[in-house]
Amino acid sequence: MKTKNLSRRNFIKLSGMTGTVLSLGMYIPSWSKEADIINLNTNNGSSVELNAWISIDTSGKITLTNHRAEMGQGSYQSVAQILAEELEVDMNQVTIVFASGNSAKYGSQVTGGSSTIRGSYKRLLRLGASAREMLIQAAAKKWNVDPSSCHAENAQVIHQSTGRKLSYGELVEAASKMTPPSNVKLKHPGEYKILRKPLPRQDTPMKVNGKAIFGTDFRLPGMLFAVVERSPRFEGKVKNIDDRETLKVPGVKAVVKVYRDTFSHLREGVAVVADSYWSALQGRKVLKVEWDETGIPQHNTAQLYERMREMAKGDIISYRTKGNFSDAFARAEKKVEYFYETPYESHSCMEPLNCTAHVTDDKIEIWGPIQAPDWIQSNLSAHFKMPMDKVIVNMTFLGGGFGRKAFTDYTYEAAYLSKEIKAPVQIVWTREDDMTIGPFRPGMVYRCAAGLNNGRISALETKMAGQNMGQQEPGADRKGYNDSVTEGLLEPYFNSIPHYTFGDAPLESPIPVMWWRSVYASTNGFAYESFFDELAAEAGQDPLAFRRQYLWEERYQHLIDKLEEVSGWKQRKKNEGYGVAITECFSSIVGEVVKVSRKSSGGIKIDKVWAVMDCGWYVNPDIIRAQVEGSIVMALGAATKHETTFKNSMAVEKNFDTYKMPRIHEIPEIEVYVMDNDEKAGGVGEPGLPPFTPALTNAIFDLTGKRIRKLPFSLDTV
Amino acid sequence: MASFTLNINNRNYTIEADPRMPLLWAIRDLVGLTGTKFGCGIAQCGACTIHLNGNPVRSCSLPVSAAANQKITTIEGLSEDNSHPVQQAWIQEQVPQCGYCQSGQIMAAAALISRIPNPTDKDIDAAMQGLICRCGTYTRIRKAIKTAASLSTTKASNQ
Repeated sequence: MKTKNLSRRNFIKLSGMTGTVLSLGMYIPSWSKEADIINLNTNNGSSVELNAWISIDTSGKITLTNHRAEMGQGSYQSVAQILAEELEVDMNQVTIVFASGNSAKYGSQVTGGSSTIRGSYKRLLRLGASAREMLIQAAAKKWNVDPSSCHAENAQVIHQSTGRKLSYGELVEAASKMTPPSNVKLKHPGEYKILRKPLPRQDTPMKVNGKAIFGTDFRLPGMLFAVVERSPRFEGKVKNIDDRETLKVPGVKAVVKVYRDTFSHLREGVAVVADSYWSALQGRKVLKVEWDETGIPQHNTAQLYERMREMAKGDIISYRTKGNFSDAFARAEKKVEYFYETPYESHSCMEPLNCTAHVTDDKIEIWGPIQAPDWIQSNLSAHFKMPMDKVIVNMTFLGGGFGRKAFTDYTYEAAYLSKEIKAPVQIVWTREDDMTIGPFRPGMVYRCAAGLNNGRISALETKMAGQNMGQQEPGADRKGYNDSVTEGLLEPYFNSIPHYTFGDAPLESPIPVMWWRSVYASTNGFAYESFFDELAAEAGQDPLAFRRQYLWEERYQHLIDKLEEVSGWKQRKKNEGYGVAITECFSSIVGEVVKVSRKSSGGIKIDKVWAVMDCGWYVNPDIIRAQVEGSIVMALGAATKHETTFKNSMAVEKNFDTYKMPRIHEIPEIEVYVMDNDEKAGGVGEPGLPPFTPALTNAIFDLTGKRIRKLPFSLDTV
Repeated sequence: MASFTLNINNRNYTIEADPRMPLLWAIRDLVGLTGTKFGCGIAQCGACTIHLNGNPVRSCSLPVSAAANQKITTIEGLSEDNSHPVQQAWIQEQVPQCGYCQSGQIMAAAALISRIPNPTDKDIDAAMQGLICRCGTYTRIRKAIKTAASLSTTKASNQ
């Protein structure tokens, strides 16, 4: 039995618990024979760290750990819902806590790529089942009966023949001494009581009364607030600081040069530290910082896109090829070739970036909206040369993430500042900081070319020109291909198209770029699914029937059948304004049909969207529906409302007055269907996004004959 | 700096503040009620919506001096126990995703329902289009407002 001092972190997590807390979950098998006991009744601090997913105290309280970030996508509910199923407890009996960063214990905690469920569901099911079996063994031993004559239900073990019952709380100490079974039988989906049910989220009640704690809501005694002036051209170095007026502002405590880690480049800023955020903002208004911007290339949106268009015409770095595209293209009866353009975008989470840090000589602790606590732990450990166990990274609820909060800049900056001022501090980015400093979704230009023979695709080539998110570290290899260039494309096309080549041409630019919900699929999907629609039209075929002939696998045919059925695709009239697109993203397939009509006042109205999601094994259909609804709205924004442009090497759009978001009156009716099958779990938070925009523009083509190949566009002026 | 008395959720708080400080920061940082959120600072997103004498107001753009001695309600004051019809409806329809904007959405919706007990889609558009939800919960917000309206009507007829 291991005992360690009870840290404040554990105290926060466990406060309210009484009695002995047993930790039954285990990630590394070698630990599994020894369960940890935390005794909170002793005042001498004798206790251990929670190191796994499932804890039960002797009074029966069940605590489940969410090792991933909760940014709206529902991990707080879904991780617990999986554990609870095999553990045989009701969701209303459990308390859910966030893990801190610790990949040795939890495996990857990077909440990106829609990976939480698909990456951990099998392990979570086994953890739940293994804990249940240990509790059953403990009861059987106590009753001196065969464990197979007992079963677990509703947080108690029952002996069938005698009806005897023991609660998990009564069994937990004995259970902790049992050897976890090496093999556990998992339920068949048909036996699920909790999984696949649209259960209400456990975080909803605290999100309707202001009690959920987001990063900006976190407070420490004596904590100061800071706001940071950063180079608007991203790479500028501080040349001169004039803080005379700033230091006169009531409440301002200090002006400090700070650094942030942007893909391992230390970018500079000047922090104004004050006793309130408002005072810090007032101090910043009168701060004068001169930037040395020597060597930063001049750029603006028009130049960037001109370069990308040229690059898309030229040579590419091939990623995936089959047969001989050039030869097959040359021999094709019909040749089709188009360019597609997608904009730079800001993530614009509703909660602006922020982080609270308290750095002392022997410990770093941070709190914030953090998508990748394990990455941040390693990053801070390396920067400050602090052992990993002295770097504690706590996740609050995230007010949106979308990829932006899986990044090291804002966390390092806060820790750096706390160390400099020797005090706990919270840095809050203003909306303008959040929107102009990046990283952004990279802008892209695609050139797609195809040959058609007898109405079938005989050759296909796509070239993607734009910044490669993987080439931003110092010394990055810029000659390597971008293996994300096929993201979004349905896998069967690679079998059914005889000759193809996919490749990219990486743009160099000082603009930092990063994952944005559904990442490359968010832009690839528009190019590829628009292009297939153009090919269907060139071939004189129905857009869905055209796609169907390349997607012969059963799983895809079922999805198309469902999409046809729910949208009334076959009953539609010619040029009535229907469009379709199907994409694959993070192991899930999503098809969407959009119906548009003309507004009497001019422009286009979106009447309805039907979405069919095939994410294989799934947890909670209502969360899936919500994620697809939200993905559609986010896609609608990037397609028709907002973009980040650059002028004089700086981002132009600074707040929601110019970076215009979709609003309630612009949202169509959305119907979401979830496929039921025996496939492996796929992603849920992102895959609903890529098909929406091409389905919309294909619908507009169907209605008006006009192709939209450049985003964003205005629905009012189509 | 000046002294102000803020009546928030039927309780008086006396604070020392720059008269130009937006009410948002007084509520969050001086009074310590963090349910009201900062989203944009320029009254474009509505995350900071509170009630001033029952009317929905963007607290990021209202100086604290203008709110002194008036009746302020924040999300924390809507009910003691999530029993307000709008909160009930938000739970029933599972509206929140990340939840960050929802304090503002709920306060705007509560003000709408109290003004128009059975709002039409047009009423909802007018009252709610000043609020942004990046998670895109809009279809559920619309549905929940209608649910809240029917819950309020039921509640009223039972009294």
